[in-house]
Amino acid sequence: MAEPARAKPKPTPETQHFWDGTKAGELRLQRCDACANVYFPPRPFCPSCASRKVSVFRASGKGKLYSYVINHRPAAPGFTPPYAIAVVELDEGPRMMSNIIDCPQTPEALELDMSLEVTFEALDDKITLPLFRPAKG
Amino acid sequence: MRRNQVAVVGAAETTELGVIPNMSQIQLHADAALNAIADAGLKLSDIDGFATAVETPQQMAHYLGITPTWVDGTSVGGCSFMLHVRHAAAAIEAGLCKTVLITHAESGKSMIGKQPRFTAPDSLNGQFEAPFGVYGPPSMFPIPVLRFMKTHGITHEQLAMVAVVQREWAAKNPRATMKDPITVADVLNSRMIAYPFRLLQCCLVTDGGGALILTSADRAKDFPNKPVYILGTGESVETPMVSQMKTFDSSRAFKVAGPLAFKEAGITHKDVDHLMIYDAFAHLPLYGLGDLGFMPHEETGKFIADGNTRPGGKLPLNTNGGGLSYMHSGMYGMYALQESVRQMRGIAPAQVPNAKISVCHGVGGMFAASGTIIFTNEK
Repeated sequence: MAEPARAKPKPTPETQHFWDGTKAGELRLQRCDACANVYFPPRPFCPSCASRKVSVFRASGKGKLYSYVINHRPAAPGFTPPYAIAVVELDEGPRMMSNIIDCPQTPEALELDMSLEVTFEALDDKITLPLFRPAKG
Repeated sequence: MRRNQVAVVGAAETTELGVIPNMSQIQLHADAALNAIADAGLKLSDIDGFATAVETPQQMAHYLGITPTWVDGTSVGGCSFMLHVRHAAAAIEAGLCKTVLITHAESGKSMIGKQPRFTAPDSLNGQFEAPFGVYGPPSMFPIPVLRFMKTHGITHEQLAMVAVVQREWAAKNPRATMKDPITVADVLNSRMIAYPFRLLQCCLVTDGGGALILTSADRAKDFPNKPVYILGTGESVETPMVSQMKTFDSSRAFKVAGPLAFKEAGITHKDVDHLMIYDAFAHLPLYGLGDLGFMPHEETGKFIADGNTRPGGKLPLNTNGGGLSYMHSGMYGMYALQESVRQMRGIAPAQVPNAKISVCHGVGGMFAASGTIIFTNEK
């Protein structure tokens, strides 16, 4: 029997560009053409000024560890505890939930404000997740 | 909203609390409703306004045999009942109905007749949180706390003291699920659930329910119990995604709802005799004390650790034992309201002497929503 898989996102028309981006190895955000607000999660208007004139751009993929838990129980399908569920503050401003890989899942190794960089993990041929790892250098 | 125009005239919990394997979720609602009706000396046919959450108003009104002219199905998590009280008070004042019944119940432990929660994979939560391993409130609600601790200088020991102090209150309450005293060491050595929180810093999982009956203050004096007046109210929502809170240093929903209720009540923090802050997890009372303006967040951990909120302390907090020790069926807000009403009636198991003003602050989801009700027993 196959191992239970982790929850898989299903894109909507408003989020498709984000998931197309991760598949292409890019972290895509949106910026308001009117007020320059950068925001996440995706939507075709600015949640700050309501302008519908917004642009998709490739983010740097760099950020800092804003907060996290190390989940022990109950574990989500597809995860082996203990595993960290993190919130990353991107250099462009928005925050997003992710996991931190290439790093022990311990309070000692996971220091708040540590520098992180995005990396990508394909779940299948349609969906690739943005994950983060300690920044190199 | 005008002060003291509406009063709670009926209040009751389910006959049993804890593990109730012989009742479905809708029957728990009915058990609480019938107890509240009896408490108020009313008949079901007297009820013309009805509010509930999770279960729909149509489901519960039909099951109970009520024909309402006003309904509210606001369902924003555990503080839904604070919002129901606020909305009901406005509806009564506006003349949309005269006597409102609000019910909550959950078969949170036994899971009888309770629909499972489901996160659709094409929802925003399904796309941008679920894939990263969130799985139930313990994996989500504490996500902000490490940032809160770093920003405000809060220690693990102070967060453990929240559970220790609430157990002191629970020890005075025969209906509390957990009554044995605990120490900071007990908390910090209990099983790890989601770092930094351990088992004793997470709420219980139980079955139960509660119901309230509200009517206009001018009718309230004709009821068998001492009326408890609605002095001030507030509500707000922020986001269903904990990762998207404006900041983890405080809760925007708390900071809107709480001060709104204080302003409406026309009171200062010094006037508060009794306080309930919904404690699904140990960090919530600290957020609440800060966001409601009792003190800067930096002082909240020390304030609790120094014993100010324990029995005999200057700000009695979560006097039923809270979600950590009293009971928590999933949407605890109703039990916080019940305890505020008991304190204002003067019948709480751990009664605060001469308490005249009670602030009851609720959270919904993972800081997703908030509702604050300020009660008084003096008109």
